[in-house]
Amino acid sequence: MNSGKTMTTGCHFSHKHILGIEHLSAEHIDHILQTAESFKEISGRSIKKVPTLRGRTIVNLFFEPSTRTRLSFEIAAKRMSADTFNISASTSSATKGETLIDTARNISAMHPDIIIIRHSCSGTPEMLTRYVRASVINAGDGTHEHPSQGLLDMMTVREHKGRLDGLKVTIIGDILHSRVAHSDIIGFTRMGSRVFVYGPATLIPVGLEKLGAVVCGSLEEAVRDADVVMTLRIQKERQSDPLLPTFREYAQNYGVTREVMALARNDALVMHPGPINRGVELMPDVADSSQSVILDQATNGVAVRMALLYLVMGNT
Amino acid sequence: MSQSWLLKNGRIIDPRNGVDRQGDLLVVNGAVAGPGEAATDGVREIDVQGCWIVPGLIDMHVHLREPGEEYKEDIVSGTRAAAAGGFTAVACMPNTRPVNDGMAVTILILQRARDGFARVYPVGAISKSSRGESLAEFADMKAAGVVALSDDGRPVRDSQLMRRALEYAGDYDLRVISHSEEKALGRHGVMNEGAVSTRLGLMGIPTAAESIMVYRDIALAEYTGRPVHIAHVSTIMSLDLIRAAKARGVRVTAETAPHYFTLTDEAVAGYNTNAKMNPPLRSEPDRLAVCEALADGTLDAVATDHAPHSTLEKEVEFDLAANGIIGLETSVPLTLALVRQGLIDEKRFVELLSVNPAGILGVAGGSLAAGVPADLTIIDPALEFDYTQDTVVSRSRNSPFLGWRLQGRAVLTMVDGRVMYDLHQRCEQHSS
Repeated sequence: MNSGKTMTTGCHFSHKHILGIEHLSAEHIDHILQTAESFKEISGRSIKKVPTLRGRTIVNLFFEPSTRTRLSFEIAAKRMSADTFNISASTSSATKGETLIDTARNISAMHPDIIIIRHSCSGTPEMLTRYVRASVINAGDGTHEHPSQGLLDMMTVREHKGRLDGLKVTIIGDILHSRVAHSDIIGFTRMGSRVFVYGPATLIPVGLEKLGAVVCGSLEEAVRDADVVMTLRIQKERQSDPLLPTFREYAQNYGVTREVMALARNDALVMHPGPINRGVELMPDVADSSQSVILDQATNGVAVRMALLYLVMGNT
Repeated sequence: MSQSWLLKNGRIIDPRNGVDRQGDLLVVNGAVAGPGEAATDGVREIDVQGCWIVPGLIDMHVHLREPGEEYKEDIVSGTRAAAAGGFTAVACMPNTRPVNDGMAVTILILQRARDGFARVYPVGAISKSSRGESLAEFADMKAAGVVALSDDGRPVRDSQLMRRALEYAGDYDLRVISHSEEKALGRHGVMNEGAVSTRLGLMGIPTAAESIMVYRDIALAEYTGRPVHIAHVSTIMSLDLIRAAKARGVRVTAETAPHYFTLTDEAVAGYNTNAKMNPPLRSEPDRLAVCEALADGTLDAVATDHAPHSTLEKEVEFDLAANGIIGLETSVPLTLALVRQGLIDEKRFVELLSVNPAGILGVAGGSLAAGVPADLTIIDPALEFDYTQDTVVSRSRNSPFLGWRLQGRAVLTMVDGRVMYDLHQRCEQHSS
């Protein structure tokens, strides 16, 4: 086994499914990150493949369009020598045919080892676990969680900062509709960071502080002395819900510019889960600055997903 | 001519007549016997030691799904569940297919109800097809047998239509039952808006969506002088509005459902579609306020909003699942829990589940006075039972209380002196 890096923790990883960061203890998060860090080197080899998951069957069941997450999971699986299959399904009520449960049972009958699911309805991965025998990994469900994104964000910050404990992590933008924000708030908080959020009141959900976040009253309060500044993709309206007047006004008042970044620590990281609306939530010069680790996020995403596939298969 | 019964050694709780005594109750020819009336030949005796004898319970808010959605429930199966839950009468909401917005559907419902196990009081629609555009034919429906009017589930948005409905319904002595909800506020919502919805990533329905319309309906009732009944109240603010309106003499009455005083939005955790209903389960402070309002008279009735759905509507993604739960078979034990907790007394229990619903709907019942039809419920308040998939009487099983051990239940339900439900099958043993 040439993937066989020595794990430095004695952690017993017992999760069959990865449904959300909310289910992961700090110890388990740390173990996943360490595993991912050890796998990262594989992607730098000339022959980017280890036989660890040879013979394993992985189904990517995507009910929502996705480019990077699906590609990232697929690359992760293939670098581990698993056999991967992609299913893109539609959930629109106009195409109501087979129920999700029937789809899941049929896939389950073909004995996959892991089902990676993305769905527009929160809670669908958890529901799936009641009907399939495979491990289920949540690749983003509604506005609930996107655990692999939260983990890759933590990995990226830890890689650059050497720690997560005691950092000020600021998240700016559409917290209400962001499963990434939810996973990040829970994860970073659990790892000892302080998470501050800021955005227009229309995009801040009720009771967010119960997840551990501090809701700020100004952009300055949010960004001042931050170690990490993460912006989220903005949509002007969703499902006929008027959230913002214009992108222009958003960019002027909530967009992260060089001037805004000057409030943060000099070595602060700029992050974005993508895809970026350049010039709206994040100015191009900031996105492309030396502080930006946006592409590291994409690189680490593969390593984190390799670790998750490895761990849910019962490896520690 | 129906059977005569001597119900022995029960605790007779009949608040409308100021009765709460230990003793026997005689039923002769389908009616409650008077003090001097003697047992005729062939009277059957049933010892109901340890049980309460109360006027038949009335659930003023149920969905029987017939016509149109009989795979979920029909009038016979729904009234069988009602009788098993201790109810001698139910008022069924008009959101059937087609909507009960006219005489034809009302007559069909009443015809089907002849084979049922409880009295059925149809509620007619406020607007044609409950579309909220124009008034349905109240006079016609009244003549056919509706006892109240509601666009339950499709709340009346247009305030002018609501005003006219209150005015015109008053001419026919029909109470308007308002599902008070400002739909725009919870347009994408699937549960109560709060910390739990944020944690679960589910879109929320704010409490204001309810209280805004409760206030509108109170304002219209106050302005027109016509009565209004607010269905399934779930929030602190709605209760405060109703309490204040009652204090200044507005003709407003209100009900809540057992789930609003038993559960909170935490029950949604795990994306349990059997905890999805509208209005949604609220927060703990709201739950406590509902309990308080049941005790202090702000709320007049407990009604279940019995809403059967099959697995087709419930074993799906939470966002896509239908709203509503069944409630007829769990209302008595869940309301009795309030008695055990000392929040309400036995007399209030009977008022909430029998006396007041009869009064609000203007129907018979709610009394065990001499000569009234013997609609009565015998409740064993101590009896514990497991409420499980296998024991559900309703055709649907969408209950968040499945798997609960409950205490207190109806053991015998009589309508007109006829046995509609007999848990211990003592009546059959007598007749054989």
